Amino acid sequence: MFNYTFHWNQALKALPQMLDGALITLQIALLSMLIGVACALALTGFRLSGNRVLSGFATTWIEIARNTPALFQIYMAHFGLGNFGIHLSPYTALLVGIAFNNAGYLAENFRGALKAIPDTQTRAGRSLGMTALQAFRFIVLPQMLRVAFLPTTNQMVWAILMTSLGVTVGMNTDLAGVTQELNARSFRTFEFFALAAVIYYVIAKAVTLAARAIASRMFRY
Amino acid sequence: MFNTALTWSDLAFLAQGAAMTLAVTAVSVTAGTLLGILFGVIRVQASTYWSVPLTFVLDVFRSVPLLIQLVLANAFQSIAKLGWGPFTTSCVVLSLYTAAYCTEIVRGGISSVPATTRRASRSLGMTWWQDMRYIVAPLATRVSLPSWIGLTLGVMKDSALVLWLGLIELLRASQILVTRLQEPLFILLICGAIYFLISFPIARLGGYLEKRWSPND
Repeated sequence: MFNYTFHWNQALKALPQMLDGALITLQIALLSMLIGVACALALTGFRLSGNRVLSGFATTWIEIARNTPALFQIYMAHFGLGNFGIHLSPYTALLVGIAFNNAGYLAENFRGALKAIPDTQTRAGRSLGMTALQAFRFIVLPQMLRVAFLPTTNQMVWAILMTSLGVTVGMNTDLAGVTQELNARSFRTFEFFALAAVIYYVIAKAVTLAARAIASRMFRY
Repeated sequence: MFNTALTWSDLAFLAQGAAMTLAVTAVSVTAGTLLGILFGVIRVQASTYWSVPLTFVLDVFRSVPLLIQLVLANAFQSIAKLGWGPFTTSCVVLSLYTAAYCTEIVRGGISSVPATTRRASRSLGMTWWQDMRYIVAPLATRVSLPSWIGLTLGVMKDSALVLWLGLIELLRASQILVTRLQEPLFILLICGAIYFLISFPIARLGGYLEKRWSPND
């Protein structure tokens, strides 16, 4: 049917290299999630703080993160910051861009999760003699984490997929970057990228299944 | 910072890029939504022989990065000698990508209609099609529309990735200007502002509809 000979061997030979790239991909995704969750919690706090400046800052961050493409955010980190004399390596730019994006989406998730917990619970905690912090720590936070857990793992999968954008700013150590480099050397585009797609699929599925397993163990009651 | 070499014709170039972004989005979302509705109905109504393989295939589109999908599709069309240009390839990939997400939205919408309501319409003598058309569609649309708006905006943002195939859309246009004028921050800010202006009002509308139409308020 096709006048084309597939060379799967070449792609399979490069599998170890690509798996190394997959590790970098996972590393970036994990780091960006950790930074993202920390920023998102801070942003959620800012929003609830009632301080005009802080909540304005949080809203601006969240709206920009949610209303512009992730690729644009990475470009901003890579090219835009150069105006201020800050020159980030592709790795850092990718990490900053994805973490910024994650924080925006996660903050929105956390806000939704907080809303799902009735105010009466805090009041009940307070009237049992808890301080405000205790009520938040022991009553609200555990329930909030439960509600926010699955959206957060979804965001983790998104982060993994987003790392592939690094190749557009010259990243060459993550899975997409390694694949692109191999492709530039051999022009076996289809074979290499098909293999990369399989690896991405396996990683994404593994993360989803692991998250489900963790959720069913942690949130049994 | 305010001494910029940006001219009106450069701005027109950016506007052309934005038009390309919107064109790709419009074609993909239209085709993707039609496919998504079809697949969604199949997923809810058809037997497992049909729905399980369909679910698996659509899941692939959601678990593989869009950039990889685009590169793969482009390589495939040249291997198969289909002779597609970058615009067609981008639209095909983005349509399938949209369809994969839209299927889930449609499925959610259809399954949110209580089975008793549907049985009631069927026992009033409505055919399957009438039940779908007059009972399920209006009720499911209310549930699905906010997430569909979110999906449309998502596709609009993700369409930035088609620059990898050489299509000059908004982000690529601004990148070209950056290379020529060497004012990355200023031009990228304009580019971001355009994306924001397209996306933000529609996102707000989606949020409003979600609040307005949520069943328990």
